[in-house]
Amino acid sequence: MKNTVFEYAPAPESRAIVDIAPSYGLFIDGEFADASDGKVFKTVSPSSEEVLSEVAQASTEDVDRAVRAARRAFEAWSALPGSERAKYLFRIARIIQERSRELAVLESLDNGKPIRESRDADLPLVAAHFFYYAGWADKLPYAGFGSNPRPLGVAGQVIPWNFPLLMLAWKIAPALAAGNTVVLKPAETTPLSALFFADICRQAGLPKGVVNIITGDGSTGAALVGHEGIDKVAFTGSTEVGKAIARTVAGTDKKVTLELGGKAANIVFDDAPIDQAVEGIVNGIFFNQGHVCCAGSRLLVQESVADEVLESLKRRMSTLRVGDPLDKNTDIGAINSAEQLARIRELADAGEAEGAERWAPSCELPDSGFWFRPTVFTGVTQAHRIAREEVFGPVLSVLTFRTPAEAVEKANNTPYGLSAGIWTEKGSRILWMADQLRAGIVWANTFNKFDPASPFGGYKESGYGREGGRHGLEAYLASNPKASEK
Amino acid sequence: MPTTVPAFGNEAADRLASMADVTASDAALRRFLHGLPGVDAVGLQARAATLGTRSIKTTAKANAIDLAISMIDLTTLEGADTPGKVRALCAKGVNPDPTDRSVPKVAAICVYPDMVATAKEALGDSGVNVASVATAFPAGRAALPVKLADTRDAVEAGADEIDMVIDRGAFLCGRYLEVFEEIKAVKEACRRADGTAAHLKVIFETGELQTYDNVRRASWLAMLAGGDFIKTSTGKVAVNATPPVTLLMLEAVRDFRDAVGVQVGVKPAGGIRTTKDAIKYLVMVNETLGDEWLTADWFRFGASSLLNDLLMQRHKLSTGRYSGPDYVTVD
Amino acid sequence: MTANDRLSVFKTYKLFVGGKFPRSESGRVYEVTDAKGTWLANAPLSSRKDARDAVVAARKAFAGWSAATAYNRGQILYRIAEMLEGRRDQFVTEVAAGEGLSKAKATAQVDAAVDRWVWYAGWSDKVAQIAGSANPVAGPFFNLSTPEPTGVVTVLAPQESSFLGLVSVIAPAIVTGNTVVVVASEKSPLPALSLGEVLATSDLPGGVVNVLSGRTAEIAAPLAAHQDVNAIDLTGAGADLAKDLETAAADNLKRVVRPSVTDWLADPGTGRMLSFLETKTVWHPIGV
Repeated sequence: MKNTVFEYAPAPESRAIVDIAPSYGLFIDGEFADASDGKVFKTVSPSSEEVLSEVAQASTEDVDRAVRAARRAFEAWSALPGSERAKYLFRIARIIQERSRELAVLESLDNGKPIRESRDADLPLVAAHFFYYAGWADKLPYAGFGSNPRPLGVAGQVIPWNFPLLMLAWKIAPALAAGNTVVLKPAETTPLSALFFADICRQAGLPKGVVNIITGDGSTGAALVGHEGIDKVAFTGSTEVGKAIARTVAGTDKKVTLELGGKAANIVFDDAPIDQAVEGIVNGIFFNQGHVCCAGSRLLVQESVADEVLESLKRRMSTLRVGDPLDKNTDIGAINSAEQLARIRELADAGEAEGAERWAPSCELPDSGFWFRPTVFTGVTQAHRIAREEVFGPVLSVLTFRTPAEAVEKANNTPYGLSAGIWTEKGSRILWMADQLRAGIVWANTFNKFDPASPFGGYKESGYGREGGRHGLEAYLASNPKASEK
Repeated sequence: MPTTVPAFGNEAADRLASMADVTASDAALRRFLHGLPGVDAVGLQARAATLGTRSIKTTAKANAIDLAISMIDLTTLEGADTPGKVRALCAKGVNPDPTDRSVPKVAAICVYPDMVATAKEALGDSGVNVASVATAFPAGRAALPVKLADTRDAVEAGADEIDMVIDRGAFLCGRYLEVFEEIKAVKEACRRADGTAAHLKVIFETGELQTYDNVRRASWLAMLAGGDFIKTSTGKVAVNATPPVTLLMLEAVRDFRDAVGVQVGVKPAGGIRTTKDAIKYLVMVNETLGDEWLTADWFRFGASSLLNDLLMQRHKLSTGRYSGPDYVTVD
Repeated sequence: MTANDRLSVFKTYKLFVGGKFPRSESGRVYEVTDAKGTWLANAPLSSRKDARDAVVAARKAFAGWSAATAYNRGQILYRIAEMLEGRRDQFVTEVAAGEGLSKAKATAQVDAAVDRWVWYAGWSDKVAQIAGSANPVAGPFFNLSTPEPTGVVTVLAPQESSFLGLVSVIAPAIVTGNTVVVVASEKSPLPALSLGEVLATSDLPGGVVNVLSGRTAEIAAPLAAHQDVNAIDLTGAGADLAKDLETAAADNLKRVVRPSVTDWLADPGTGRMLSFLETKTVWHPIGV
């Protein structure tokens, strides 16, 4: 398919709407302050490698200060009537809506994701998440976790770089609604939106110390998770770090929730709505450059339609527009960091070396920044690394199956269990498949849909606990029924 | 994949003949149409909506506006139509903006059969085609001989293109072969004595077919029967062209060409009034079918008020000021 | 020797694995005594291999047990209660001896244990209704969350409450469709081993509950590290052991229930059931 008659001119979103300061401190006890040892690190825009700002590298001492601030704030915050906490959260939700353009541009700058996604997916979901949990703050006794559920105390929260502000919302909204105070560490490569969120807390008049934002690298996260003064650890990120955290908290009273990696199967049957399935495959693996823990990174397609589906998929992939994240017509933005790009390249090279066939549409990539073409591997088997390891990039592995039972067997043949997709027009088969798949989220005839009312989280090595919905409150409540909390 | 021939060319008949087994009986045709992939409504609508968020600016917008103007079937289908009204519309179609000769002509003027002669005379050798609705438009509730006579009248009066309506009643009852045979008969009635033929557009009235599955089946049915274009709507019912229905039909012509090697055009009609709307449709064509369909030979807008909005947007782009309705002609 | 002085027949206590009663693979036993130190029986001293075999049996049973209807599971749990009721005296004797309780107190424990089976039996077809939800998402989608069993659960039974505590940790795990490998109270394993005999005659598929006896720390270590175990209940572990086991369990992110002080006679709540459930959320578009 050629597209020369109707070429789209650049349609860049203005970055003038965002005012990024040259440097940011740590947000502790309602104030921005430098790190105790004065250390800083730079955050760059992955699409240009331009330095956006310098942020403080929190030391162990800073972590301690943040935890103590959160502890001091806890007493008053948890004693507030739920209806008052609700109003703070409603305020935050509204301010996020008001500032959503600014935050979307910021997110695209710092993360590299296309503005179309930060504008149409991330930011609306961020606001929705605060609205959703705001409403729970004064209804906790009705949530099914006992008649007098209590907050846990101080939550230490560590979030990833793929959806910086959305992951912040997933962590902070339920924590605050339940009456906890938080110390949150954003990812090293995407600290800015969390620091802007600190300003939103200021605008909302949130009592000081209720939300503390500390920036830093893995060592900062480890210090937070290991701090004796926290009662709860919430982590979203790699399975490897998740396991380390699980070891760290062993033998303590800290409650833990972990949202980790995935290697989801997206299963296409021969009676699928093919055009929508192809969209679902594309959305499943190329949404957010494939930096999605629930990405549909393994396409399992029924052999009888494999050629047809692959041809359609390749044609569709040829229309994907890769480039400037701030261009409103960009479908695929920049890879978040040089490190992640190297990891994707390594696995893609391994795919080739192991004999899978690699294909990517020809598309020009910018000269600076971190880029990877949307790529599909065919002839992949369950034994290949690209079928087993999480690539966390725009790389799809295609496998085939013959029967529903074989599809289930292959889909479940992984230590992960976060999500899965099913494409068929046959209702009873959908329900059978959904029942058989060992995954926390099953999308049937759709993929990568998110909603604050819908619980999200995995089986097996994809972690434990749920975020979102009524279920998401459990992670932040010391409710009577859990045996371990009696 | 077979090489492609246009639906209106002579080779198309052979290609269609290769599909004769699926149209051999009502049962065979039903099996085939019901064996087409299903359509997930929510997914289709989401894809159309996403394409609708494309931001078309500056040079791209200018090109798109001219492309859209050149694809318009400028339409008047009113009981109150008169030769005077039709002549005025023809003048507008040939020369949409009297102050700017660089504005392209529209593709066709679309009228009722009794206005074809008037339109033909008014358009002369301008290069703008005359399209005529036929087959008891818009309801199609007449006997087949009446529909065929209606078609022949329009062709004899000089129509270059015939926009027929399918028998939605028969389609919804599952009498697919009857619909198929009727389209074939109308296609035959489009033939002129000299062996050439008026191009046939087949209108589904998608608002009455209700489901996307039906639209996909109707699309294949019409293409198998020899339709040169598939068209969404008459403009006379509550729901006319929508982006998802049009996207689905674009996918159908794409798949049909892949399978049979015959290229068929698409015409959304009714309800497309603004430049923004028109550009959304062009984006869908661009990203579903690409260059090969981005001409008036293969994509049309059935519209009346759309033209003036395109002209006002064109003014804005060339002058930097917003235009107003006083600066474009009412007909 | 009068008729009343008849020499009794001892029972050989065996493990219960995969619906069968093997001796320990180690070939070893250890002496079980009553509270005063009087010999009661020899119990199998389970080895790592026994633990491994038990996991294999539990995994094999999981597909069928988790797929059984909730009604069916409820019926089987209730059947277990019926069978227990019939062997009440035996359990009272074992509990009284093992825990050093008066007959009255031991009876209270056993009665409560039987009642607990009945209580949990009734949960089988209700837990999904309190733990699941229909989620009103902002779009044209059907969205339903339902609980599913986590998989194979290792349970370290409480050391002190050898029967009521035991029942109170097994029943909530299996009623929802999990299969378990239970490590009996080290000091008082006899009620657990006898429970195996009840389970074997209660229509419970083999492998759903596997009972091991021996040194808790020895058996638990390989189970906590086992990659095909999905969850571990550390109730019967002391603080130091619990920490080691929780650390080992992190290798495949087992769900962990930490030890806690529990009054086994109190209303247990739903916590233990919920601890071994995963929430699955299914989305589907709504359209014509």
